[in-house]
Amino acid sequence: MSVIDTSRPARADMFALPGPFVDWFSTKGWQPRAHQLELLAKAEAGLSTLLIAPTGAGKTLAGFLPALTDLTRRGRPKPGTIKPGVHTLYISPLKALAVDIERNLGMPVGEMNLPVTIETRTGDTPASKRQRQKLAPPDILLTTPEQVALLLSHKDADRFFADLRYVIFDELHSLVTSKRGQLLALGLARLRMLQPELQTIGLSATVAEPDELRRWLVPQSDGADALSELIIVDGGATPEITILKSDGRIPWSGHSARYALPDVYEAIKAHGTTLIFVNTRSQAELIFQALWTLNEDSLPIALHHGSLDVGQRRRVEAAMGENALRAVVATSTLDLGIDWGDVDLVVHVGSPKGASRLAQRIGRANHRMDEPSRAILVPANRFEVMECQAALNANYLGAQDTPPIEPGALDVLCQHILGMACSAPFEADDLYAEVTGAAPYADLDRQTFDRCVHFVAHGGYALQSYERYAKIKQTKDGTWRIAHPAVAQQYRLNAGTIVAAPELTVRLVRPGAGGKGRGGRVLGKIEEIFLEQLVYGDTFLFAGKVLRFEGIRESEAFASNAPTLEAKVPAYMGGKFPTTTYLSAQVRKMLADPGQWHRLPAQVSEWLGYQKQNSLVPGADEMLVETFPRGERFYMVAYPFEGRLAHQTLCMLLTRRLERAKARPIGFVASDYAVAIWGLKDMGAMIGRGDLSLTDLFAQDMLGDDLEAWLDESFVFKRSFRYCALIAGLIDKRHPGKEKTGRQVTVSTDLIYDVLRTHEPDHILLQATRNDARAGYLDVGRVNALLARIKGRIVHKGLDRISPLAVPVMLEIGKEPVISSETGDALMAEKALATEALVREAMGEDMVGG
Amino acid sequence: MRPALKTPQMMQAGEALTIDFGGERVLLDPAGIAFFANARMLVVSDLHLEKGSSFARRRIFLPPYDTPATLARLAALVAKYEPTLIVSLGDSFHDDEASARISAHTVRAIEALAAGRTMVWVTGNHDPSPPANVPGDSVKSLAAGVITFRHIAEKDHAGCEVSGHYHPAAILRGRGKAVRRSCFASDGARLIMPAFGVYTGGLNVRDRALEGLFDLGAFRAYMQGTDRIYPIGWRDLIG
Repeated sequence: MSVIDTSRPARADMFALPGPFVDWFSTKGWQPRAHQLELLAKAEAGLSTLLIAPTGAGKTLAGFLPALTDLTRRGRPKPGTIKPGVHTLYISPLKALAVDIERNLGMPVGEMNLPVTIETRTGDTPASKRQRQKLAPPDILLTTPEQVALLLSHKDADRFFADLRYVIFDELHSLVTSKRGQLLALGLARLRMLQPELQTIGLSATVAEPDELRRWLVPQSDGADALSELIIVDGGATPEITILKSDGRIPWSGHSARYALPDVYEAIKAHGTTLIFVNTRSQAELIFQALWTLNEDSLPIALHHGSLDVGQRRRVEAAMGENALRAVVATSTLDLGIDWGDVDLVVHVGSPKGASRLAQRIGRANHRMDEPSRAILVPANRFEVMECQAALNANYLGAQDTPPIEPGALDVLCQHILGMACSAPFEADDLYAEVTGAAPYADLDRQTFDRCVHFVAHGGYALQSYERYAKIKQTKDGTWRIAHPAVAQQYRLNAGTIVAAPELTVRLVRPGAGGKGRGGRVLGKIEEIFLEQLVYGDTFLFAGKVLRFEGIRESEAFASNAPTLEAKVPAYMGGKFPTTTYLSAQVRKMLADPGQWHRLPAQVSEWLGYQKQNSLVPGADEMLVETFPRGERFYMVAYPFEGRLAHQTLCMLLTRRLERAKARPIGFVASDYAVAIWGLKDMGAMIGRGDLSLTDLFAQDMLGDDLEAWLDESFVFKRSFRYCALIAGLIDKRHPGKEKTGRQVTVSTDLIYDVLRTHEPDHILLQATRNDARAGYLDVGRVNALLARIKGRIVHKGLDRISPLAVPVMLEIGKEPVISSETGDALMAEKALATEALVREAMGEDMVGG
Repeated sequence: MRPALKTPQMMQAGEALTIDFGGERVLLDPAGIAFFANARMLVVSDLHLEKGSSFARRRIFLPPYDTPATLARLAALVAKYEPTLIVSLGDSFHDDEASARISAHTVRAIEALAAGRTMVWVTGNHDPSPPANVPGDSVKSLAAGVITFRHIAEKDHAGCEVSGHYHPAAILRGRGKAVRRSCFASDGARLIMPAFGVYTGGLNVRDRALEGLFDLGAFRAYMQGTDRIYPIGWRDLIG
């Protein structure tokens, strides 16, 4: 591995470049950077390489330099010769990024007059162009993971990729943590089968475990730990990060950061262009709205998040590129490396929830790496003050907490198997060897692979009644091939691993149109689950407007401009990241060390002082449990600091145990820091009498039967099942000729799930779902780590009233939706009684019941 | 069509709600059948048997357990009510060839249901032809006193009518969430049965497809709870 000081140009190695490049660099008055030449040297030596570099280090040019030099040496094909296939494949997670690269790369290629053709291929590329690309491929193809899967599923994939020399993965750190990345890893294994000599180049931001990415880039076999080469470019100038100092009162809880917005507005005025990052879409809407009420100077401030109409987003992006905006309020849709003009300040509202996430977002400011980026963190509540301080400390230390790469999912493998069958008949032995060469699937056992093949063939059920309808069939020569050309068509319509929650298009109509509205401008899309809960007249914030809900018709929702400025805030789901393990641990340490508190704002250190006085402050390796009565109820508040998802899972399991202990729990709420459970029995007194043991309550065995029993019932599980069913191809995303929206899926996956769970609980798709739910929505790994960490280190404090530290989580009660396994019967019973009462009132008591 | 939740608990015995319909005492069972007490007649609708194999013909492989699961639920209710007459109100089979595809095991299960009682298959839009392989009579509609039984409600029907087809479901809002369940839909003159098959979804009773079928003042959605039926008035339902 090489760590490179980029301030040092590499003049001595210039001769490694072909003539036009040397001339071009000197015309520009530039010099190639050391890491660019180092990467070129490794590529020329036939090696695959991971390049980790901060934004602005010339990463993109570095990645393409090997391809450009090789193509320059090759020269233009002679007239009359057969045009070679694709030479270099560039894969990015974002369509926009591919388009951006085409523009940025086109400039030097044009100026040097290089014999290189560059084209993009994304979901937006017209069919005619795609068709032409297959006949006459460009030298460099810029594309997305989904397009790679589609290209590989075609019969002529071998010809198309026969001349492939380099595959460049941009933003690799972001790709590898998703199912998209897993599908891409399988695609890479196939590319390597088609062209064993190909070399990979990974471009990545700084990550916690570079070796995971190095493994991902090269073929794995027989347990040997193969790694790619590694080049790390040291970060440029140290960013200037501050935590906002406001005279406003820092709230106990909540995420609006309203108290700080006047200060944020002043910061916008004092800078050229400010990027304001937030964690959720609803937060983005709220802050955008609030900033405009302060915007006396009518500064051009825009809004950007994933739910907005594409046209609207493109307009904001274009205005940003032209430096026509003073500020953009954005969610993570802007996280990745697109060039957004001259951003000179990043404001992060709310805690970034992770050290690496902060580093990546700050990287957005100032693309020139030798100048420091400027960033202001705006904690939305008191715990976030500590979290922001911890993230800031981590940034100076260079600490990273990117998530580990998960083993490859089985639903993704099923999709890939079908794609490969569409391309050409396969032998199971060969395909098994191929897929286990992909790092995420290196540990896949043969039996599981075979079950996936059978799932693809006819559902893989114990009751084999669908064999005559199979999608793929094993022929006499032992190969598996598709049963009908329509199967390939079905595959192509369903390819990819991006499964959105069912969403409805929201249109702006005139007031009073109700559900009978028609036409109207498209504002964007919102999850159906949110819209279904609205009734006519409800107001909500969306697309920077206060809207009044009019109604739903088919797959569209209608809304009008609301006459008020007050709105019920959209609670629709929008990427709430839990605080990372690393950052949580730092916050625990900070809390445990009163010597550090003076660094925090006075309001916060006073608050912690009161906690010390009125209850106690736990040690960094301890978990505090407080019990106290309040109103008619008894509360138990624990402080695990393991993030919201793990806390929700913990609460579900604790509630089951408390029920068995006859503590009669009736509700709970979970924040990133604490959990609060309330019930009808005095849990503090039960602990005091020895009727309830905290050691038993938090014993690690809760992850056994209790988890399994709850898991199968949970809505989380059904949601995971739906994703797996769509990705694995059990049901269609879309079917030839019929565009289906979530509302029109013919058989609900909930119903399929119920039948499958009852009749075949070990089915491969349920296995895939369990793996997903454990790792993702439930964060079982973190619950497990927590229970191990606190074993023998639980400190109980019985109180007669709420403690200062408990206030934030107690304030969440009623604000956060309480997740419960309640079936809805209570609500139906209540409404049924109301119906009956109404009838009695209308008709007279004695008329009813006859 | 939207999913309507069918929890496994619904397969267990629940408490039926008794209503008066066309002068008859009718028990609405939370498992989704209606029992006409005087005639000892059990009415069930939209079984959609062999929906799984019907999808399989289009290479969509749903778990192949729907037909036995649906029939097992029905058998439990037949044991509970001991009817002398079973009326399946149409769309008993998911497609017109489905009755020819059923396994020997399924044939035996249906024969066991029909043994010692009259079995009537009303034809539906999914199964317009009389079913093959199974015992019972096939009819387009059926009249009993003032009540007509048919698959699809007729807007201009004057007397009392029991039908299926629409898979009615109702949505309630409250306590920070929405609850969606299959339901019997009735205004006293017309009764639309919920769909019974394990792979059947639900259509909101406020959907325009059902417009004009009910007197909304007298309307009730009899929502299927875990072990009870909950009658809800029109104004509490959301669209």
